[in-house]
Amino acid sequence: MTEHLDGNVLAGPLSELFRDDMTTAIGRCAHCGDVSVLATALVYDAAPGWCVRCHACGDVLMTLVWAGDRLRIDLRGVTALEVGD
Amino acid sequence: MSIFTRGFSGRGRDDNPALPPGQYLTEDFPVLSAGPTPTVDKADWEFTITTETGETHRWNWEQFMALKIDQVDTDIHCVTRWSKLGTSWRGVSLDTLFADVETSAGYTMAHSYGGYTTNVPLDDLLDGKAWIAFEFDGEDLDPEHGGPARLLVPHLYFWKSAKWVRGLTMMENDDPGFWEQNGYHTYGDPWQEQRYW
Ligand SMILES: [Zn+2]
Repeated sequence: MTEHLDGNVLAGPLSELFRDDMTTAIGRCAHCGDVSVLATALVYDAAPGWCVRCHACGDVLMTLVWAGDRLRIDLRGVTALEVGD
Repeated sequence: MSIFTRGFSGRGRDDNPALPPGQYLTEDFPVLSAGPTPTVDKADWEFTITTETGETHRWNWEQFMALKIDQVDTDIHCVTRWSKLGTSWRGVSLDTLFADVETSAGYTMAHSYGGYTTNVPLDDLLDGKAWIAFEFDGEDLDPEHGGPARLLVPHLYFWKSAKWVRGLTMMENDDPGFWEQNGYHTYGDPWQEQRYW
């Protein structure tokens, strides 16, 4: 009996997360603790990267980088994401 | 798709040996930024170089403008695939700024007003390869283009030419800066197409 489950079990809950319209997802800013829907964030286009900043404190919530055929998302400034009704 | 684009524009590098691979000419000066444009008054501005021992060399605007000023005519290359040839700048060479700096560290982190960072090896800043530029095309550098002063390292992709630069910190290791942590190449040579990890 192993103590942990295989990472494949995440397929269910994480598809739940990313199935929803992510602009209505609620994120918590790691810097100031503000809790808001992602649609309120400030997005700066520095193609091939986007920098997404907290509307309340201006700190970085996440970055998206289109690196060739891959999209790399760094979520270091988001301590929680919440979806659902 | 890329074949179509190159055929369509007709301005790919086949026509121009000054263009690195995958780059296209632009006459514009696109504005790209990871954050809001900071307001930096020249009266409050300073530039610092901090060595690995913690020693800090600093210049205020007046001291900075009293240094030897270079005219710089160079091509610039953005990772978004635009290149602009024959741009004209004035600035202070990093050779001038490093003249009295004693360091054995091989790498630098450029820090900007507004919090942006980017890593550049010291060798890429010296020997006439980099400047702190304050004038573009005969005019004060616009805030949206990095004024009052920006780093200018034209032989690397332009995200390395940090806008609103406020200082350099010497590093023993090549620690990644803001975009370098998040997917951009750590060195960024346009001739090697070092765009991403
Ligand atoms: Zn915040």
